Amino acid sequence: MTKHLLKLYIAGRTERSDLAIARINEVCQSKGMEEFELVVIDVLERPQLAEDEKILATPTLVKELPPPLKRIVGDLSDKEKLLIGLDLVPRSQ
Amino acid sequence: MDDLMPSTPEKMESGIPGFDFVSDGGLPIARTTLVSGSAGSGKTIFAAQFLAEGITKYGQAGVFVTFEECPKDLRRNLRSFGWAIEDWESAGKWAFVDASPELVPEEVVVGDFDFGGLLARVEHAVRRHSASRVVIDSLGAVFGRYERSSRIRMELLRIAASLRAIGVTALITAERTEEYGTIARFGIEEFVADNVIILRNVLEEEKRRRTIEILKFRGTSHRKGEFPFTILPHGGVIVIPLSAMELKQRSSDSRVTSGSPELDAMCGGGLLNDSIVLVSGATGTGKTLMVTHFIHGGAAQGDRCLLFAYEESREQLGRNASGWGMGFEELERQGKVKIVCAYPESASLEDHLIRIKEHIDEFRPNRIAVDSLSAMERIATVRGFREFVLGLTSFAKDAEITGLFTSTTPTLTGGTSVTEAHISSITDSIILLRYVELFGEMRRGIAVLKMRGSRHEKDIRELSIDGSGMHIGTPFRNVTGILAGNPVQVALTDALRLQDITDSDVLR
Repeated sequence: MTKHLLKLYIAGRTERSDLAIARINEVCQSKGMEEFELVVIDVLERPQLAEDEKILATPTLVKELPPPLKRIVGDLSDKEKLLIGLDLVPRSQ
Repeated sequence: MDDLMPSTPEKMESGIPGFDFVSDGGLPIARTTLVSGSAGSGKTIFAAQFLAEGITKYGQAGVFVTFEECPKDLRRNLRSFGWAIEDWESAGKWAFVDASPELVPEEVVVGDFDFGGLLARVEHAVRRHSASRVVIDSLGAVFGRYERSSRIRMELLRIAASLRAIGVTALITAERTEEYGTIARFGIEEFVADNVIILRNVLEEEKRRRTIEILKFRGTSHRKGEFPFTILPHGGVIVIPLSAMELKQRSSDSRVTSGSPELDAMCGGGLLNDSIVLVSGATGTGKTLMVTHFIHGGAAQGDRCLLFAYEESREQLGRNASGWGMGFEELERQGKVKIVCAYPESASLEDHLIRIKEHIDEFRPNRIAVDSLSAMERIATVRGFREFVLGLTSFAKDAEITGLFTSTTPTLTGGTSVTEAHISSITDSIILLRYVELFGEMRRGIAVLKMRGSRHEKDIRELSIDGSGMHIGTPFRNVTGILAGNPVQVALTDALRLQDITDSDVLR
């Protein structure tokens, strides 16, 4: 199993960011991904990290590992699109 | 909401030449102003110059948020204007917030979002550099990247509010697709800003004309209408506030020589100091000669004289002047005379005007001559030309300079040119040079048509030209219709009889 490294950039703890975090956990668990790491970065506290990563919108989910690098913007309310974005849609289907 | 009693916002001087005049003092302080314009209208330059002038003139740091070009390209493109952005960045005076699409991995939008990330970055950059100026360039690029216009509009309102809360004065640029139509492409940006400036780059009769207009400044004053501006390769935007210039009329009684004692006599003792004189005549009637007298005579009594020649080359001009015994070379060497030769077509009218102003500021002349003003008609629209003449006149008046401008009439026998129609009411004096046909011979006539604030001769006198320049002779007593371009001879006795029955002051 490949290790997943996900970074979520949020602007403060809002309903929207809580929703995004919940979605990520839900998806990862449902996919049986034990080895995944979610780093939550609050741009209000660490604006320089947002600058370095050129983050515009929040929430923004960055899939750093495994490659390819992917960015998903929004509260992740659409589960299908989230799976596609994370390359988690099984190829055999 | 935050202030129940709206007070007039104060202004921050932008430092952009001419703009602070048309804006009545600059941009509303701690407010966001939208700069809208079509592609190539100079939005990015205007915005960048707002930061550059802030740094160089007022020591204020600025933050440049770019959605379109990456900082690397901006640094390179703006360097030519003399803005050392890299140096300013290392000095902590200029900061980029890079929101350009370059080097950013593709983004998929899944659900609702806001621009919290951008806002945090802008606020961070402003705090870190204690910036007082912010530029966001450009909004269209944001809309291009995210489809949801309504969401983006809300977010922009939030950004504008937040910029206001942290007290920075901001410029946001936006694209428009047509020069006269909706303010900006997405039709919603104007709601974001209380203040809207429009830059135009209009093709008018095959000539490009740049103008700037302040559409609204909420709660504060500004000059209305379009003002021409130009973009200088080494200085950026210069707004030419022509229509707003006040024509200051000084009533000077002191006289200066026209360079010809006989003409001085016709003018009641010389030209009035600080006055603008228009010399009108067909080709070959002696306009350039009169300019030569004016310059030479001025220099001889110690005046600094500046001549703008738009019809002849320096060599031609020098040769003619020497031919009349009034060579310029020695005077130029002594620094009393400066001659600037240029083809009207070599630059736009606005650029010519700015060059004239630069020469005036640098040389500080007592008198200037332009030979000829009508050559400039070739490169301008009627409106552009009128503004040029107004601008030129007000520069001269402002610097308390005596000016002599020439205008070539389109026909040999006289008539008026467009130049005269536009300038005659602005000039203080008008001198006419006309061909007069007498007994199958071409002669030249000279008349002082008007002279504000002074008596002058009403005669039409004969003008002759020889190796020592021009000479004014006796009045044409027995010819009428010279001004109408249709000279008719009358018997001398008739003329004398006419003189008897009319007021002697009218005909002398």
